[in-house]
Amino acid sequence: MKPAPFDYVAAASADEAVAALAQHGDEAKLLAGGQSLVPMLNLRLARPSVIVDINPLKELDYLREADGRLHVGALRRQRAVERWAGERLPLLAAALKHVGHVAIRNRGTVVGSVAHADPASELPALLLCLDGEVVARGPKGERVVPAASLYRAPLTTSLAADELVTEARFTPPRSEAGWGFAEVARRHGDFALVGAAALLWLDGAGRVAGARLAFFGVGGTPVRGAAAETALTGQDPSAERIRAAARAAAATLKPEGDIHASARYRQDVAAVLAERVLSEAWTRCRKTS
Amino acid sequence: MTREIRLAVNGQPRVAHVEPRTSLADCLRDALDLTGTHVGCEHGVCGACTVLLDGEPVRSCLLLAVQAVGHAVTTVEGLAPGEGLSPLQQAFQDKHGLQCGYCTPGILLTAHAFLRDHPAPTPEEIREMLAGNLCRCTGYHFIVEAVEAAARAAAGHKPA
Repeated sequence: MKPAPFDYVAAASADEAVAALAQHGDEAKLLAGGQSLVPMLNLRLARPSVIVDINPLKELDYLREADGRLHVGALRRQRAVERWAGERLPLLAAALKHVGHVAIRNRGTVVGSVAHADPASELPALLLCLDGEVVARGPKGERVVPAASLYRAPLTTSLAADELVTEARFTPPRSEAGWGFAEVARRHGDFALVGAAALLWLDGAGRVAGARLAFFGVGGTPVRGAAAETALTGQDPSAERIRAAARAAAATLKPEGDIHASARYRQDVAAVLAERVLSEAWTRCRKTS
Repeated sequence: MTREIRLAVNGQPRVAHVEPRTSLADCLRDALDLTGTHVGCEHGVCGACTVLLDGEPVRSCLLLAVQAVGHAVTTVEGLAPGEGLSPLQQAFQDKHGLQCGYCTPGILLTAHAFLRDHPAPTPEEIREMLAGNLCRCTGYHFIVEAVEAAARAAAGHKPA
């Protein structure tokens, strides 16, 4: 199908984009990579009357490390971040490999995926796992929204209709941390039925100094596996402890069933994937310590 | 509601009149008569409409034509220099890497950019590259062989 007609505004500045959003409210949609929005336009699932294109804002096409954080501008494409992350932040690179295909990632942006808030997509869960936050610019200026208070429901965030996310910030783990990433999907490149990402790092005595676990595809928003993080921290890691922690985290999930998978299946797979990614993370940090 | 846009397609400056909602794929086919770009699913899944934007494969069904202003677009018509086939196209013919041909332009452009970045790919890398393009005729085996053959041919032409 073809999109319904709309007006097109090529924003000349971030402030102009925000002003257009403020003027048109719910009738306006931001266009960055377009890999989620344009399919919705083509299928007429979305019928905005105005498209505000931020692609002219080359100043938002950046990636930099500062203050111990990775700052990704709103126009940095997923493919470019994937290439950068290969050795610097392999958890992010592993997750990005599952985002569509190369042709999709050549256009799709990290910030767009984070802000689109599809509960089955990888990057919102990565933002949670990597203690991330976003910078939102609105008519009254900028504010910072932590990942933990960003996601409200499927495709719904705590951002206002007149706010533009200019930057996503990720906190890379300390260098000795191990990582794990896994997802189950019908086909490669499809949205995940269930996915999980983990980090684990040890103290000098070999005990777990910190752990991060995040799930996607198991509810209306990405979910932190806090039960597993708490259960493992301060403990000597073992296969049994990791299994118990993974099951405890999966037990707190409330996935819904749909045409692709039942709720029970998703919960079972979440436990398996949590165990897998925490085990991978443990293996990788043993190698580096 | 149409507006005039100026594009660089296959190295040539082109002018088209499009609505803001016109996809690059429809602009190429309907306004510029470049019907080698095929439209399949229109939501980014099938890969038939893949073209190169500044040398990188993108879905032309997920790009508004107005967004392509200022960028270099390459379609399947621009793959071969002058008459005849490009080495990759020749390999597809030699290895029977196509049957109905609907998916072929998108696969050729995807593989063209892939071979530029991976001159000596493994079969796994070729399969991963192809994962973003659906083909309902070939079962993919001959496509993988065609890409391998094109890589070998390119390596053979290089000075030792």
